[in-house]
Amino acid sequence: MTIRSMLLAGAAAVLMTAGGAGAKTLVYCSEASPEGFDPAPYTSGTTFDASSHPVYDQLVEFKPGTTEIEPGLAESWDVSEDGLTYTFHLRQGVKFHSVDGFSPTRDFNADDVIFSFDRQGNKDNPYYEYAPGVSYEYYAGMDMPTIIKSIEKVDDYTVKFTLSEPNAPFLADMAMDFASIISKEYADKLAAEDRKADINNVPVGTGPFEFVAYQKDAVIRYKANPDYFKGKAPIDDLIFAITPDPAVRMQKLQAGECQIMPYPAPADLEALKSDPNITVGEQPGLNVAYFAYNTTQKPFDDPKVRKALNMSINKQAIIDAVFQGAGQVAKNPIPPTMWSYNDAIQDDPYDPEAAKKMLDEAGVKDLEMNIWAMPVQRPYMPNARRTAELMQADLAKVGVKANIVSYEWGEYLSKSKDPNRDGAVILGWTGDNGDPDNFLAVLLGCSAAESGANRAFWCDKDFDDLITKARQTSDMAERTKLYEQAQVVFKEQAPWDTIAHSTVFMPMSNKVTGYVMSPLGGHDFYGVDISE
Amino acid sequence: MSEVTETNIPAGTRREQLAEFWFYFKENRGAVVGLTVFILVVLAATFAPLLSSFSPDVQYRDVLLAPPMTDSAHGHFWLGTDAVGRDMLSRLLFGARYSLFVGVVVVLLALSVGVVLGLLAGWFGGWVDTVIMRVMDVILAFPSLLLALVFVAILGPGLINAMIAIAIVYQPHFARLTRGAVLSERNKDYVMAARVAGAGNMRLMFRTVLPNCLAPLIVQGTLSFSNAILDVAALGFLGLGAQPPTPEWGTMLSEAREFILRAWWVVTFPGLAILITVLAINLMGDGLRDALDPKLKRS
Amino acid sequence: MIRFILGKILWLIPTLVGITIVAFGFVRVLPGDPVLLMAGERGLTPERHAELTHQLGFDRPIWEQYFDFLWKVLHGNLGDSLVTHKPVLNEFLALFPATVELGLCAMVLAVAIGVPVGVMAAIKRGSWFDQATMTTALVGYSMPIFWWGLLLIILFSGILKWTPVSGRISLMYYFPNGSGFMIWDALMSGQKGALTSALSHLILPSVVLATIPLAVIARQTRSAMLEVLGEDYVRTARAKGMPPRRVIGIHALRNAMIPVITTIGLQVGMLMAGAILTETIFSWPGIGKWMVDSISRRDYPSVQGGLLMIAAIVMVVNLIVDLLYGLINPRIRHR
Repeated sequence: MTIRSMLLAGAAAVLMTAGGAGAKTLVYCSEASPEGFDPAPYTSGTTFDASSHPVYDQLVEFKPGTTEIEPGLAESWDVSEDGLTYTFHLRQGVKFHSVDGFSPTRDFNADDVIFSFDRQGNKDNPYYEYAPGVSYEYYAGMDMPTIIKSIEKVDDYTVKFTLSEPNAPFLADMAMDFASIISKEYADKLAAEDRKADINNVPVGTGPFEFVAYQKDAVIRYKANPDYFKGKAPIDDLIFAITPDPAVRMQKLQAGECQIMPYPAPADLEALKSDPNITVGEQPGLNVAYFAYNTTQKPFDDPKVRKALNMSINKQAIIDAVFQGAGQVAKNPIPPTMWSYNDAIQDDPYDPEAAKKMLDEAGVKDLEMNIWAMPVQRPYMPNARRTAELMQADLAKVGVKANIVSYEWGEYLSKSKDPNRDGAVILGWTGDNGDPDNFLAVLLGCSAAESGANRAFWCDKDFDDLITKARQTSDMAERTKLYEQAQVVFKEQAPWDTIAHSTVFMPMSNKVTGYVMSPLGGHDFYGVDISE
Repeated sequence: MSEVTETNIPAGTRREQLAEFWFYFKENRGAVVGLTVFILVVLAATFAPLLSSFSPDVQYRDVLLAPPMTDSAHGHFWLGTDAVGRDMLSRLLFGARYSLFVGVVVVLLALSVGVVLGLLAGWFGGWVDTVIMRVMDVILAFPSLLLALVFVAILGPGLINAMIAIAIVYQPHFARLTRGAVLSERNKDYVMAARVAGAGNMRLMFRTVLPNCLAPLIVQGTLSFSNAILDVAALGFLGLGAQPPTPEWGTMLSEAREFILRAWWVVTFPGLAILITVLAINLMGDGLRDALDPKLKRS
Repeated sequence: MIRFILGKILWLIPTLVGITIVAFGFVRVLPGDPVLLMAGERGLTPERHAELTHQLGFDRPIWEQYFDFLWKVLHGNLGDSLVTHKPVLNEFLALFPATVELGLCAMVLAVAIGVPVGVMAAIKRGSWFDQATMTTALVGYSMPIFWWGLLLIILFSGILKWTPVSGRISLMYYFPNGSGFMIWDALMSGQKGALTSALSHLILPSVVLATIPLAVIARQTRSAMLEVLGEDYVRTARAKGMPPRRVIGIHALRNAMIPVITTIGLQVGMLMAGAILTETIFSWPGIGKWMVDSISRRDYPSVQGGLLMIAAIVMVVNLIVDLLYGLINPRIRHR
């Protein structure tokens, strides 16, 4: 007997004894281990894929495949005239999962909602720091402590949020992973047993899948929640096989050891696409890679100079060489999958001759500048160093001498925030909630210019007025118009060279049906089925 | 008396020793093969620009991942091209420079620091000995590659830093050897004689005792030479050694990993180059040990 | 004897203290601010930065942090990971069985093949068997194992498709409350095919990890054996007409085992270093890969806790080897 036939025999034996007839299992070759199973203290997509997506629900949710909001644990909601009060009407009869050592005695209600937010903002909540080092970065990062003035329980199934100022993106924020609703009853029980940290090890939610077991750095197992309020998932078992190496993930997919995988290596795309048993899903990522000039320094304070430099950089060459085709040239600071993307805008053409002339006109001669290249690979930028080398060569053609500088990642992030920093920085952003405010205000607003998150230190009054007004308006059509105008201002002023939006690929077996790629970049397996 | 301290073995016998050494060395067929291959590698590294018809860094974008023996408009790629269209053969030839450079620098660094520390510890004894050897014990308690990894993380990834890290991890072996040898030599007659003749500590340590501890150090040196090549390649493989586009063999392997099933040549050749070089040095090392170690000479 | 053992243990204490200093010190001089890394592109306000730094204790004087660390270590607390916010010791223990299983398997392979081959080679010195095995051993000793692992994957998983690509057991098998030792769990579960699945996942990584120790042990056994065969008492025994088999079996082998055992003990440290590479190649969920990941994530507590545990384990194993050595060879004890 060869090893292989022994394996096959063993596999067949188990299939017969274990699952029983018709148990459907979906295996997802995930790219890394989750940091934990409580989504609130974390910020990485990998952790959300394993926690908030399968196990938890939020008050409102993103409609699959879009960045639009639909009802979740809240059946409906009212927004007051002044935009300051949000009242959520909660769904009744929703059950939390049962796990080893805990079975819920009551349904989901307003207490759970209040607890889920209170623990992140209230220092006196026992779960504010339930384990050493736990902190709610996303809650703080989305400015929730300032935005939310108070949360009140009106009755068991009604919760009222009062905001300190009108904030249209707030609803989208409530669909984010940090806003997942956890069971207060479970948390109280853990606190009573002095094992609060277990909330991060064994999650109890209301979501489509129940957590079964996690074997560190190897496997996560879930089973379908039969009582899920939208109906039981078509598959019975969901397994995450943690496989950090993209080449290995691909091999496992081709060998049928898993049915779906994220983040293939660009080099393997061709092979995957030509495999008749595999379908490759494809979508622009909700991100942007940019090249931010320091607009407070000469000669970069002159929009003409910035535009000239933009015109001297061949972005298509970067897409080809660095993204290996897995990306598209960016013309706006927000990605094309986002609502209010202004497609009417014309990108500055690649034209070194004209650029040179423009620089001459602006009186720029023998310019020497730094190009900051980050040391790590990010979803929006596979290789910043190589990008910088290409830019360096392009700039040399228009008579600009560029030096490439780089620092360790943490240092890079903090040093690039220094307003006295010289030159231009390569950096990028991945969207959180699909709201344009999450790009335009966070990266280009005036308050961000002060904090340094606006790496161009660009504070343009017209632009800032437009995005502030858009934030305070709840009418979608009007907001769209305002953001479209803001993009026009951005393009005229050119504080950045917008480099690229990367493309996200999702190879899966042909047997997988119903998988919808999320523009937000998460991986969600509710609604996915396997055909035989 | 002073001539005796200068060179405790007359020049004539030294030449005889060398002849004897060569006699035993060339008896060992493996060692001679190793030496030959090693010389070839050195030649390849030295004359890399002459031997290769391509620059190791030029990317030919129309011949990505070309298999070995590919003819193209640019010329003949004997060992194919890598993922961005660089000639594998040129990269391997230039890579030999890095590997040899790494071996030499690491051994010199580790040897000089280790020998000085070992001499100090062995010669002075007492608390000097205790402190030095304790520190060595601590370093040796960590698996070498792990410690080197942490060192490189501190110093920042790069070839130079990887070499420094490996040298730090290796020097305790030299220190221990030297200390042991010094302890056994310290009270021998010729040292006593030199001391009586008024030689100072420095002179005694470096000119009198050290030359007599050389044999084990040479053997350890060759061993470290080959291990250094392996370990720096391993660091490169883990992404912490030489950084791309440097054609260091370990780094090349690490870059080639994603093509493991599609383009066997980008994975196979760098590893083979490492194996052959290290094997040659180890063969030489075996020969050296047999020729230098009188106890095993006739076995 | 007890004095000998106690002495050995006492001798270790200063080294252990040194190890804590190194583990702590290294990690403190790692460049990069873990608080900034946690925030990423999103960034944080200076106030928030100060608050988090304080919460993690990085703003206290370095010596205070060290003694705090030492105090906690003495109480079995290695701190909490900055990434997962879970106790480092728990994380270590969750992954440790995987590394031990791999290491033991590799060691068994290395000894089971290395010792007999070394003995045979010594007895038949100069024969083709001797030459062939010793050349192979030298090749094994010169092997860049990260490349060797890739080659084996190409051959056995890619072309022949005999072995799985990565992982520890087929996902079909699941052992709740398992010990973490997959072979043991598979055996105990009684599920058909579980053991073969676990073994087929283990085989390639073990072979890769065993390569260098196997070569070293074979070479070491051969030279120890040769030395003993040349000793007077063996010659005497031979001269007295003792059958060669008994000479080798009783006298030679036993005495040759002393240096061999030392070599095996020394290989434990090597094994740990090899595990870093092997686990990275095979995505084996063990300590080696965890350390590499922790270093790149600047997870201070995990790196220092891991360094400490690994060094302590290596030292304890070396101590045991030392003691065994003392037991076998009484001369050492009284020195």
